[in-house]
Amino acid sequence: MPEYTLRLRRYDPESGEAAYWEDHTVELEGHRSVLEGILKVKADEDGSIGIRCSCRAAICGSCGVRINGKPGLACHTHLEAAAKHGAGTGWNPPDEGQATPIIEVEPMGNMPVVKDLIVDMDAVHWKKVRRVTPWLINKEPIPEREYIVPHENMVDVTQTMACIQCGACVSDCLSMEVDPGFIGPAALAKAYRFVGDPRDAQQKERLVDLSEDPHGIYDCTHCFNCIDACPKGVAPMSQIMRLRRVASADYEIEDRNNGYRHEHAFVDNIRKNGLLHEADLLPDSYGGKFHPRAAPELISSLPVITKALVRRKVTPTGALLHKHRKEYKGLREYFDTIEKHEKRYELNLYISGYEDDAEGAETAPEVGVAGSSGQPSAPGADPHKSDPSEGGGV
Amino acid sequence: MPAHDVLIIGAGLAGQRAALAAASEGATVGVLSKVHPVRSHSVAAAGGINAALNPEDSWESHAYDTVKGSDFLGDQDAIEIMCREAPNELLHLEHIGVTFARNDSGHLGTRAFGGASAARTYYVADITGQAILHVLYEQLMKHHEQLDRYEEWFVTTLLRGDDGECVGCVARDIRHGNLEIFRAKNVILASGGAGQCFKPTTNALICTGDGIAQAYQIGAPLMDMEMIQYNPTTLAENGFLITEGARGEGAHLYNAAGERFMEKYAPNKLELASRDVVSRAEQTEINEGRGFPDGTIALDITKVPRKRVLEALREIVNIGRDFAGVDITREPIHIRPGCHYIMGGVKTDVDGRTPIEGLYAAGEVACVSVHGGNRLGANSLLDTLIFGRRSGEHAAHRARSIPLPEIPDSVLDDEQRKLDALVRRERTGRRVSEIREELGTTMNKYVAVFREDEGLNTALEVVKRLQEEAKTAYIDDQGKVFNQDVLAAIEMEYMLDCAECIVVAAEHRKESRGAQFRTDFPERNDAEWLKHIDLTRNGAGPKISYSEVTITKWQPEERKY
Ligand SMILES: Cc1cc2nc3c(=O)[nH]c(=O)nc-3n(C[C@H](O)[C@H](O)[C@H](O)COP(=O)(O)OP(=O)(O)OC[C@H]3O[C@@H](n4cnc5c(N)ncnc54)[C@H](O)[C@@H]3O)c2cc1C
Ligand code: SF4
Ligand code: SF4
Ligand code: FES
Repeated sequence: MPEYTLRLRRYDPESGEAAYWEDHTVELEGHRSVLEGILKVKADEDGSIGIRCSCRAAICGSCGVRINGKPGLACHTHLEAAAKHGAGTGWNPPDEGQATPIIEVEPMGNMPVVKDLIVDMDAVHWKKVRRVTPWLINKEPIPEREYIVPHENMVDVTQTMACIQCGACVSDCLSMEVDPGFIGPAALAKAYRFVGDPRDAQQKERLVDLSEDPHGIYDCTHCFNCIDACPKGVAPMSQIMRLRRVASADYEIEDRNNGYRHEHAFVDNIRKNGLLHEADLLPDSYGGKFHPRAAPELISSLPVITKALVRRKVTPTGALLHKHRKEYKGLREYFDTIEKHEKRYELNLYISGYEDDAEGAETAPEVGVAGSSGQPSAPGADPHKSDPSEGGGV
Repeated sequence: MPAHDVLIIGAGLAGQRAALAAASEGATVGVLSKVHPVRSHSVAAAGGINAALNPEDSWESHAYDTVKGSDFLGDQDAIEIMCREAPNELLHLEHIGVTFARNDSGHLGTRAFGGASAARTYYVADITGQAILHVLYEQLMKHHEQLDRYEEWFVTTLLRGDDGECVGCVARDIRHGNLEIFRAKNVILASGGAGQCFKPTTNALICTGDGIAQAYQIGAPLMDMEMIQYNPTTLAENGFLITEGARGEGAHLYNAAGERFMEKYAPNKLELASRDVVSRAEQTEINEGRGFPDGTIALDITKVPRKRVLEALREIVNIGRDFAGVDITREPIHIRPGCHYIMGGVKTDVDGRTPIEGLYAAGEVACVSVHGGNRLGANSLLDTLIFGRRSGEHAAHRARSIPLPEIPDSVLDDEQRKLDALVRRERTGRRVSEIREELGTTMNKYVAVFREDEGLNTALEVVKRLQEEAKTAYIDDQGKVFNQDVLAAIEMEYMLDCAECIVVAAEHRKESRGAQFRTDFPERNDAEWLKHIDLTRNGAGPKISYSEVTITKWQPEERKY
């Protein structure tokens, strides 16, 4: 049986000491999960290792962590896949003389650490969820029997219902790093769950609220991290885009923070280049490179970009060379279809996953995450499939 | 010291539904849960929830299917209530926002499920439990002024007052490690099942039978504990469930020779016979050498159109791919029967009341009994909601006429001393994790689909030995903050109590009914065993007594599918 070194980030708040790394070796088949590895260490060697977990099957949302620097679920990441990524990709090289592949596991980001791999979800994630009025405000009168709604509509919001509130998307949200007040990917995806639900009476009020809040829907920088991180294919960034689209197209809600143009530039950019061309994006969203407003805005966005560069979230080559490039044509068609699609169920894997034949089902989700490293239905299976040296780390 | 009219232990579907019901009756409510509410195991329920809502369907038909599924051990008065109230409960869920699948006309759509004579299972893709649980949690957030949530608090013991009534509990704040007394006029146990007594199991790691053991320890009777459901379609390696929804959508079962063997065992309902029947059929095929070499059977979903599978069974597609390396839309997946659900639990009446005044139970922890010898698929979510609501309402009414109990602080000191002793144990015994492992594999070997006297006695011996060993088992973590180690040690004791009761009852019932199949007593024996086995704690072990099965409309008959 293969051996793996689990390098765990330990932190004991009672010890008064700083966090540190601790190595453990486990022997397990490669298709076992990182969680199983950690639980084995916990059972056999050290029961004091703290990690939340329950279902073991990527459904309860307890075990969000960062594995080799990337957020995801420990129970939904195979040891083998994690090790491959850890060893020799330039991200997480094995130590000198280290025989077994190293898998680095640390707590999620953007949230305070409570102990070891456990973070304070309530202080950040749940607080933000509560911010979006996260319950249905019924359209009156409430019918005696069920509300009559088209099946597609229910399937459509089911994509956001599929969110298990694991916080993986929050962990590495770029905007949130810069602006901790940003409502963030998971909570905004939750907001779409009501805005997209025909039974809700206050769609407009919700959108106005989320547009006027400077930390609202226009505060997202389209870094793709949340799409990349999400183990359930919720694609929060896409949900945010849809909120903006509905806000502007259906309710003519103005973006006070210039995001709407930002978004258009973004969509055009993808259509044109088949990827998020970060280098082009900012100038485009202020009316082109030579627009007088472009320069100051570009400068004001610099913290985000530099932070991304420093943390290697965005690599210059990554922005320019992209592995999905050969699929440009399909991608463009996809966007065209979206725009024609009356009800705009764009980027919804529950819809796009079956709309066409078997083939459509395969390509559509791939497109849905343009710029990320895997299919949204599968990111956790092998979150490190893409080789970051190729620039998949957008 | 927190004090509430109604204190609810557990925030799965049963607990959250009870909380909302009690709050809407005007009670002050506290909800305690050892994990964040949306991590509760109800989140894993995939397939759906039953209700006879269609005009062509009837509650009588639903009730009859349930009675028959229970192998006539279910109490028919309780089943009648559950099935009658199901349609309104379902509509309530729809109104508060659950995104149930629709049919072409925009009305609620259904899928077929096992043991049912009509397609009456309502669903949200294959995340039904998740969708309902998250929507109920939305409502908890909405009604936060009336509902105090204690998230990540672990209840260690229930408390009884001078007159024997239940007056609250002691719980540990997992985040900080301090103990608190919770005073309450009523306590509703909603702490879920005990699947972790078995390994593998479809149940989450937190399903350790805490509530069953806690009620048992303060003298509440348990009922039907021998009835453990093995679900026909679980993955061999880790026990993960492939929802019955797969068969509902049209998947077939084949043995290694490619025979659709259910034709032999249930010529009419085939794969959609009730679970005990299908599990036994599979196990027979495997035992007689017609399974695959790894002791499995093939489940073939490829017959179902791919786009339907991707829409309706997406979670299963993911589980197949991520945890078994199989694309279920293109090839069969290997499965076998695995521990899934406990029909038994804390004995209650139709309002969730246990014989202990002020103590209620609802959901998987309870035994009303609506499932009898075998639960039908998609009836459990219904059970949690109906009896969760009824307990919540009843407890809220009861709270109006009684004062808050007083509890002496000394209770806390006793509990603290016990915990401290546990944490400081010398490292001379076994590791808690070893005991847990041995318990799980033992139960799965001897107390599974087929049982017989000798195996059950072996299991009982092992459980008793493990109970002794657990007294000296040691842990590593000495800290206060998120000390999961000490909680695991307490859970271990709960599991051992549950396991003991399961084995004792299984050994005692000398017939085959529902999920209990005794190879040494292969027939159902209504003359002697058409009755519930009740277990009450009596010093070292459980004391056995019986209670009548309530029969209203449907006389026992031979069960054929
Ligand atoms: C994989 C799977 C799929 C299923 N699919 C279906 C289906 O399709 N249809 C169906 O009808 N049924 C299904 N079931 C069964 C059903 O999901 C469960 O029986 C039901 O959800 C149990 O709900 P509950 O509210 O009783 O308990 P749970 O949801 O298990 O909740 C228990 C609660 O108690 C808390 N708790 C436990 N111990 C303590 C303690 N010591 N201190 C504090 N809190 C505590 C927990 O934190 C949790 O909040 C399925 C079960 C499984 C395992
Ligand atoms: S795309 Fe937007 S919401 Fe998603 S992680 Fe990036 S900044 Fe955050
Ligand atoms: S959107 Fe995805 S990553 Fe974010 S909390 Fe939900 S499931 Fe987790
Ligand atoms: S343990 Fe439930 S999501 Fe990982």
